[in-house]
Amino acid sequence: MDLGSINPVLLISALLLASTPILLAAMGELVVEKSGVLNLGVEGMMIVGAVSGFMAAVESGSPALGFLAAAAAAAVLALLFGVLTQVLLSNQVATGLGLTLFGLGISSLMGQGYVGIRPPASPRLDLPVLSELPVVGPVLFSQHALVYLSLAAVAGVWWYLRSTRSGLILRAVGESHEAAHALGYSVLGTRLAAIAFGGALAGLGGACLSLVIVPQWTEGMTAGRGWIALAIVVFGSWRAWRVLLGAYLFGGVSVLQLNLQAAGIAIPVELLSMSPYLITILVLVIISSDKRRAQANAPNSLGRTFHASG
Amino acid sequence: MRREPGSDGARRVSTPLLEVRGLRKAYPGVVANDDVSFAARRGEVHALLGENGAGKSTLVKTVYGLLRPDEGRMMLDGRDYAPASPHDARQAGVAMVFQHFSLFEALDVAENVALGMEVPPPMRELATRIRDVSETYGLPLDPNRLVGTLSAGERQRVEIIRCLLQDPQVLIMDEPTSVLTPQEVAILFETLKRLRTEGKLILYISHKLEEIRALCDWATILRHGKVTGSCDPRQKSARELAETMVGSELALPAAKTREPGEVALSIAGLTAASGAAFGTELKDLFLEVRRGEILGIGGVAGNGQDELLAVLSGEARSAPDSILLGDLPIGSFGPNERRALGVLAAPEERLGHATAPDMTLVENAALSGRRRMGMVSRGFVNWGKARAHAEHVIAQFDVRVPGAGSVARSLSGGNLQKFVIGREILQQPEVLVVNQPTWGLDAAAAAAIRQSLLDLAGQGAAVIVISQDLDELMEISTRFSALNEGRLSKPRDTDGLTLEEIGLMLGGAHDLEAGQGLSMPDRAVGSGETSP
Repeated sequence: MDLGSINPVLLISALLLASTPILLAAMGELVVEKSGVLNLGVEGMMIVGAVSGFMAAVESGSPALGFLAAAAAAAVLALLFGVLTQVLLSNQVATGLGLTLFGLGISSLMGQGYVGIRPPASPRLDLPVLSELPVVGPVLFSQHALVYLSLAAVAGVWWYLRSTRSGLILRAVGESHEAAHALGYSVLGTRLAAIAFGGALAGLGGACLSLVIVPQWTEGMTAGRGWIALAIVVFGSWRAWRVLLGAYLFGGVSVLQLNLQAAGIAIPVELLSMSPYLITILVLVIISSDKRRAQANAPNSLGRTFHASG
Repeated sequence: MRREPGSDGARRVSTPLLEVRGLRKAYPGVVANDDVSFAARRGEVHALLGENGAGKSTLVKTVYGLLRPDEGRMMLDGRDYAPASPHDARQAGVAMVFQHFSLFEALDVAENVALGMEVPPPMRELATRIRDVSETYGLPLDPNRLVGTLSAGERQRVEIIRCLLQDPQVLIMDEPTSVLTPQEVAILFETLKRLRTEGKLILYISHKLEEIRALCDWATILRHGKVTGSCDPRQKSARELAETMVGSELALPAAKTREPGEVALSIAGLTAASGAAFGTELKDLFLEVRRGEILGIGGVAGNGQDELLAVLSGEARSAPDSILLGDLPIGSFGPNERRALGVLAAPEERLGHATAPDMTLVENAALSGRRRMGMVSRGFVNWGKARAHAEHVIAQFDVRVPGAGSVARSLSGGNLQKFVIGREILQQPEVLVVNQPTWGLDAAAAAAIRQSLLDLAGQGAAVIVISQDLDELMEISTRFSALNEGRLSKPRDTDGLTLEEIGLMLGGAHDLEAGQGLSMPDRAVGSGETSP
């Protein structure tokens, strides 16, 4: 066992990147759920984003185009879910599960010719001056652009829901769609926009995995991260900053346990592997243990079908 | 109270602010509005009077732009008015206070107000304006409180202030008093009278005749989607209005003459927290109900009614000896054990709590009666017995359905409520607890249900009726107790109890300056009698 081989600076740096796919997907799902829609298809949207982004980046040679393609493809898939559940009034849980299975299937079909290829490298974004700082510099200011984007997404979603009129309407729709409809707001429009946004962020998260973290395409490479994102939204009681905490906790413990495994610590590998899931859920359960407050923050119309009957 | 010189003639001469001509709106199988016409002026409180299902709500939803008429036209201030959405209506100066509040519990007052405005000012400015308007109209309100923590009266204030901030010409009030204490009604009436002197038109929807006679300058009466009358309600008796509205003579429940027997159920010093997010804790509860009596429990919604029903039905359990059935401690028993002992309950929410909406009446009958009616043997349901029970209920309580195989969701509110109450009564309960037994029902169905509760008590059962309809409680209950913020007042005999005393028992209005709340509207207790 050699704990000295674990470098805390590298660890934190790795944590930020490793958490980004989950954080992006979770922020998207947070907005979707705040509008009152439960989309269980996050995993499917992520993997479709991963494969579409990978293909676009390889074909065009531009990682930026890859990210755009990933967001667009996953948003289209999300809108499929939106049309099914919001227009054709199908069951949200069943449709969301179907979306995940569909996404996993179609992504492996699409990615058949792309296994084993390396995508164009997407460089780190060194912020001038700041990245020169000792210790903090490499940790905080020399990350991939997506890391900054995901943090901006957290701040943006928090600000949008708290301070903008459109965010207020979105929360109102999620709280009581009948009342929002009675006041003349478009429940359908608000929800479709939220669903598309959620899809785009999940797609970006997927592409972050296939283009930056791994970087390679393999079938089923999201490996349950979409489900973790879903769980983090619920256990983070629909608050942007708690979701951030949850995502970084999960990413952090994941990276740490890999390091501990490599260092040969005397804990069974199985226990270490399950630790990120256990610790994340435990911590979030404890901070959201005030059941009433958590309930008050939960969107009241979550998962309920809305049909304007006049 | 302001009064126009002259009556019909003079009224018709001045130009109407809102005019509706030949409005028709049909849904599959029912014509909600058929050739409805009326005109209303500025500075008028104009009543739309009618039973549930008479088409009042459809009519105002059309005026507010939520529905589009199939035929007919509307004029606002002499111009054609055809709002495509509530946004259009609000821009044209039409605002509406909804019957079931269109509020968002998890948002605060200012956010709720902002959602009802076309171009809301920044939040800080809005908070100041809310404070200003609420002081001007005597409706105190804190913009930063979560709506989920407000009482029903305060919630209505949020809706009214939301409307007033837009300076509307027409204010639509849909059944505004159904959830208010008498004192809160008095404040509301003061506000409305003040708005009338400011020259606004108030469309006031209600089926409460005394209120309309106390407040309104003109009434348009609807029945089955058609206008059946139009009059100055102050010049008609309540009975005349009722007959125009209902179209037939009402059968009033027989008088209550019973000798109460021994104590059937008692609760001593029970305190129970609520399971719901914005629920009310029951505090130090004492209650005693005797055989042969109806104990009426009044109170404004959200003061612990649901929690009280849960404690009585066994959905919320408590210490064993906190609830006694005779001498038997049943506090720790769940609903099934209590049902077997004869403690039955019919909750307020008909679909989803009292019945499973997508199951048939037979199945719903079995769910409630399986123990007491012996419908289950060795784990198997005897569907023959269940069907017989359901059909018995349907026949005896005049439930109008194609058959016992219909699903609960397909029944109208009145029919389903008759089924729910009948299902419990035919199990011969020792103690029956009902919450809001006639909520949203028309007068005939409500009268039938009240009569069946009186009959049940006459047969020697103990009945607890939890209701927000004070007239109903005065009519059928032997003793009255008020539920206020989770506390139950000492019960009083209903004979000789005045509405003012009840208002005080209910805790009166919230945040009132002393004395202001005691100016009562002209409203009489009970049915039949009227005050000028």
